[in-house]
Amino acid sequence: MSATTVDTATPDAAASGDVLKTKSWKGPIGLGVVALISLLIFGFGTPSGSDTTFVVATSSDFVHLPTLTLPSKIAAIVLSVIALALAGYSAYLANQYRKPGLWLPIVYGMAVMGALLSWAGAGRDNTSIQITGLLTSSLFLAVPLIFGALAGTLCERSGIVNIAIEGQLLAGAFFAALMASMVGNAYVGLIAAPLAGALVGAVLAIFATKYWVNQIVVGVVLNMLVIGLTSFFFSTVMSDNPDLNRSLGLAALPIPLLSSIPIIGPVLFDQNLLVYTMYVVVIVFQIMLFKSRWGLRVRAVGEHPKAADTVGIKVNRTRVRNTILGGAIAGLGGAFFTVASGLAFGKEMTAGKGYIALAAMILGRWSPRGALAAALLFGFADALRVQLGIIGSDIPSQFLAMFPYLATIFAVAGLVGHSRPPAAEGIPYKK
Amino acid sequence: MSATAVTEAPQQPQTPSRAKQVLREILESSTLVVIMAVVASLIIGAILIVIADEDVRTASAYFFSRPGDTLSAMWDAIWGAYTAMFQGAIYNTRADTFAAAIKPFTQTLTMATPLIFAGLGLGIGFRAGLFNIGAQGQIIIGATLGGWVGFAWDLPGFTHLLVAVIGCALGGAIWGFIPGFLKARTGAHEVIVTIMLNYVALNLLSYLLSLEAFQREGQNNPISPTVAENAQYPLLLGSQFPLHWGFVLAIACAFGVWWLMERSTLGFEFRAVGANPRAARTAGMSVAKGTILVMVIAGALAGLAGSAQVLGTEKNLTLDIAGSIGFDAITVALLGRSRPLGTVLAAILFGGLKASGPSLQVLAGLPVDIVFVIQATIVLFIAAPPLVRSIFRLPAPAHEKEVAA
Repeated sequence: MSATTVDTATPDAAASGDVLKTKSWKGPIGLGVVALISLLIFGFGTPSGSDTTFVVATSSDFVHLPTLTLPSKIAAIVLSVIALALAGYSAYLANQYRKPGLWLPIVYGMAVMGALLSWAGAGRDNTSIQITGLLTSSLFLAVPLIFGALAGTLCERSGIVNIAIEGQLLAGAFFAALMASMVGNAYVGLIAAPLAGALVGAVLAIFATKYWVNQIVVGVVLNMLVIGLTSFFFSTVMSDNPDLNRSLGLAALPIPLLSSIPIIGPVLFDQNLLVYTMYVVVIVFQIMLFKSRWGLRVRAVGEHPKAADTVGIKVNRTRVRNTILGGAIAGLGGAFFTVASGLAFGKEMTAGKGYIALAAMILGRWSPRGALAAALLFGFADALRVQLGIIGSDIPSQFLAMFPYLATIFAVAGLVGHSRPPAAEGIPYKK
Repeated sequence: MSATAVTEAPQQPQTPSRAKQVLREILESSTLVVIMAVVASLIIGAILIVIADEDVRTASAYFFSRPGDTLSAMWDAIWGAYTAMFQGAIYNTRADTFAAAIKPFTQTLTMATPLIFAGLGLGIGFRAGLFNIGAQGQIIIGATLGGWVGFAWDLPGFTHLLVAVIGCALGGAIWGFIPGFLKARTGAHEVIVTIMLNYVALNLLSYLLSLEAFQREGQNNPISPTVAENAQYPLLLGSQFPLHWGFVLAIACAFGVWWLMERSTLGFEFRAVGANPRAARTAGMSVAKGTILVMVIAGALAGLAGSAQVLGTEKNLTLDIAGSIGFDAITVALLGRSRPLGTVLAAILFGGLKASGPSLQVLAGLPVDIVFVIQATIVLFIAAPPLVRSIFRLPAPAHEKEVAA
């Protein structure tokens, strides 16, 4: 993979390494274009005189929030104009060599999505947009992506490319279902899943560090191998003994008080153990990776292994440990598909989620916090696809399904911010 | 990707005896590693077969009283599975006529056809240092465009097939151009872009199949009309065999790729860019041009793989048109060391594994998925020769060659 590290001599790539600050107009332009499209399609495209109903309340809230009915056209136009104004503000910041805070893309995203929803829900009197339901399923659908992206981040920060996230998720899903069914307790699945993922991670680590095999090759092939193995056992051993593949589910554990806050409560604090584990894992690794000695060492190994080795850090040992740890985390995410969703294992049931997780990792710029945000965005796109399908929108669901992939292509092409992988990623370390 | 350059084992300067030297060369050769990797994978396959077999499990319950039962049940399971595979992929010993007996082999070649096309394309990419994971998407877009020409257009005689095949190649080439262009202009990593484009292609096809223009009349399933007779590849050996002219085109492409990579200036540039992009640039070659061209050619070849599917084997468009060919082709190119001849042979091997699926299901009662396992383990072993050498206690070559991909 020596070719990938060579920069293609564009002025852009050369400039990004400079100490001099450069004005980056790509972000503001991108935001502006999307906001304009939103204004044209959602704002002016909505028939006037129709209303959109947003439902935010659920039965268990303390305070019952009223149902919100807005005139669709005006709401969509106002929200699009807000988005446009934010794009303008980010252009102003770019001109001053400053970068907008995290709040800007979040508020911007909410404005555009709000415009989209009021356009999609316009004039549908029987159906309303279920905001809380939408957010809850966004978070839930994002869970495997978050775990997967976090696994990718841990591996790649130490210099190992982990394309095998898909395989790790699938292995985790399979083993969680198998062990949970054997013992008869869904929580056993949460212990079994990381073991299977770690095993896949270990194979990747050995091939990458001991045999110096191209990591992308190993990743792709491991995905095939896991698909083959799990499908094989699914169609033979599991179908011969249905007891080995039962649908057991983790119960939702509402946190007292917190779970009755409107909107936030049901979305964040009325979930199952896997989701709560996800909160902890993301926070722990965000701190560990960037604030601890361990994190500094991992990043050193990923950026400049020779320098790390010189000061006595065991490069390959660090990589092997991180890859196994990453595999375990992805495996835990795999438990989402079976025990956390209350489903039995099915053939190839991860359906490419591992690759979306990879995309979330890139979009999140190789940090747990970013991975969380990107995965939530993708989860939201997925949930929106389902919701729009229910209210019968005109947007073909396939285009919403494409969104994560297109967003990632734009991200790696440098159209949305600049994504730079760890420098030593994918290069075997040979003394 | 330095790896694709696998050279002959270097000659030893001091040679004790001729026979010993020959033996040593055989033991050190990379061909033996390939053979041993296949053997090791078949052994792993055998283990899976044993685990899945009902009789073995029953017999193993009383293993300590009568171990012979377990062993013979194991042997029966393995023997049954592998003979079923042989009969499904090469020669059906139970058939009455020779034509019927040899039919499985023509099926193998038919299955190998798209793998040859796509494997050749990926091989060019690997040698130029580009990791193209996007054959799947390129096949889908190629098959979509060519298939659409096939069923929606009406052209006389042979021209219809010609235009449809060109459509397939064009579709694939467009889908290959995108990552090539992005890589050349922005440095976007081709692995990521091609993976994402695979899913974009699948969703695009899914959308198109929901449109009236792509819908077969009287069908609600996403399936297109059948490709016009004119636009289908003619059968090569008559109506009793599935093999079509796409196979001949694939072999011709293999020659073409060999000529391109080994004899033409362009191919030399591709290889130079792959081996050392900085040196290539210093020598006045355009890395950007090379990158884009390689991806376009690889895409066009993958698109032709789509033509083998939509104009040859399947004859209509469905969501499953590309099957797992895009990913299988990666293993084919790796196994074939990215060389045209190796790719053709590897494609026939994996085509045979695929072709054996139905007979494995019917005769041995085993799911097709075992084929994926065997395929994946073969490639894993091939990629790590030291592993194979240590399993089979083969001597390491005098100079450990770098074989990564």
